[in-house]
Amino acid sequence: MRSLSLITCSLIAALALALSGCGEEKSGLKTSGDSGSGFSGTLRLAGSSTLAPLAVEIGKRFEKAHPEVRVEVQTGGSSRGIADARKGSVEVGMSSRDMKESEKDGLKQWVVAMDGVCFLVHKSNPVKELTREQLVGIYMGKIKSWSEVGGHDAEIVCINRADGRSELELVTSFFGIKPVDIHADLVAGENQQGIKMVATDKNAITYMSVGASEYEANAGTEIALLPLDGIASSVANVTNGTYPLSRPLLYITVSEPTKMTQAFIDFSQSKDVHDLVEEFSYVPIQN
Amino acid sequence: MYPSRIDQWVVWGLRFLGVASCALVGLILLFLVADSIPALRTLGDRLIHDDSWHPSEHATDGTFGMLPIVIGSLTVTLGSILIAAPLGLASAIFCHFYAPPMLAGFYRRMVELLAGIPSVVFGFWGLAVLAPMISTLLRPPGHSMLAGILVVALMILPTIALISETALAAVPRSHIAGAAALGMGRWSIIRSIVLPSARAGIFTAMILGIARAVGETMAVVMVCGNIVRVPGSVFDSVRTLTANIALEMGYSVGMHRSALFVSGLLLLFTAIALTTIIGIVEHRSKDREGGAHV
Repeated sequence: MRSLSLITCSLIAALALALSGCGEEKSGLKTSGDSGSGFSGTLRLAGSSTLAPLAVEIGKRFEKAHPEVRVEVQTGGSSRGIADARKGSVEVGMSSRDMKESEKDGLKQWVVAMDGVCFLVHKSNPVKELTREQLVGIYMGKIKSWSEVGGHDAEIVCINRADGRSELELVTSFFGIKPVDIHADLVAGENQQGIKMVATDKNAITYMSVGASEYEANAGTEIALLPLDGIASSVANVTNGTYPLSRPLLYITVSEPTKMTQAFIDFSQSKDVHDLVEEFSYVPIQN
Repeated sequence: MYPSRIDQWVVWGLRFLGVASCALVGLILLFLVADSIPALRTLGDRLIHDDSWHPSEHATDGTFGMLPIVIGSLTVTLGSILIAAPLGLASAIFCHFYAPPMLAGFYRRMVELLAGIPSVVFGFWGLAVLAPMISTLLRPPGHSMLAGILVVALMILPTIALISETALAAVPRSHIAGAAALGMGRWSIIRSIVLPSARAGIFTAMILGIARAVGETMAVVMVCGNIVRVPGSVFDSVRTLTANIALEMGYSVGMHRSALFVSGLLLLFTAIALTTIIGIVEHRSKDREGGAHV
């Protein structure tokens, strides 16, 4: 009997815990703000799927600071982001490219982060630089041996990145090729996997966000960052705009955004979200 | 003695928890189906016929040929079970019939330890040691179907060994004693008495091994190379259904995302099919035993 009631007690306790957990979550949404910011309402974002996942995380953190604000993020591409911001159907459009001259009228852009990608080889690889043509040749499967680009007589192990990743999108649009044109030997998902693949294979090449690559190289991993067009691949060069294979990730708004929108933009550019920016392997902007 | 109030509470509590866990499975299936429907409806047989996998947000500007990925899953599973099944069964027989008790105990602990190693550790080992080894000794790039098969075989080996051994242990001692009394040797007893009566249990062990092989993700992502292509040899890179989801889910939108849910749905159906097979086999063997005893 005693043991039975013990079981019952623990069961009830478990249930109560589970239920109270649910309750808390629900009430969390409705708790009135005590931060005194006074913002309330919904903030809508739409556009680039490169920036969207980061914006979702920034949005969550913003909601925490301003409990009466809801941040809704939708994708749909940079063009939609710019168009929607102009129409006013969203407060903030997201774009991973600069606006065209025809689009700029009456709109304002804010840099949230920089996205830069560099090519990586094993540290022992004698090849210290590759031209754009050579890189395209390697990735399209036309150059198969390192000896064709001044290296050892060994087969190139060409590593691509998974479909949908922003690195793939940036590299293909930079070289003017399509993902379909790429004939790779391997596909790496997460950055860590790509780095490990290159660090353990003397004949491998891959590409990766500059931020993540520089961090790993500094940590002593056996990788070398190839310069592009003679410009060193470094976070500093991405930040100062000289590194070619990079792009800004932008918020697009009407020229006079509301106070709440402005607060969100300021928050997105602040140091408070730099850890999120780095988590997505983008380069935070320096104020 | 009448059921006390507390008993009633416990019974209802347990019923509630039972229903909740069943409902969870139902909900998972429901969500998978709901999220797969856009792809199934819009793409339909393009999921089979498209000649490559270059998915995109809209159905019109991408290709969604999933067949090489399904083949990848099948070949890795088949290869690993072909390696792990004989090894696992042999290890169970050794441990139960041949090894001295001290060694058997130690050996069993080792196999259990193998079962407890997280899959990402296997993957890391495969990535850092096995793949480079295949690359230098056999053929580059090393990240290949072979690496995947070896790593997965190692992972399902303990599942097969431990469950097979339980099945061997369940064979009535009287059968073995009787056979020994007839003067049969140890190997003939194992071959003609023990293995046939433990057949259902051994089969279950194989199916559970297959189920784990099909569902294995992290290790496979790390060693298989992940190129979407029908493999021509074991040295070619392959991508499995699970790897496909793990690689692309975080960055997918629209039709691409829905196509990934179709991958998930396929995996769930595979799991259901395997569970059903186990059910049928166990049911049959029970029937047979019942018949024998009557």
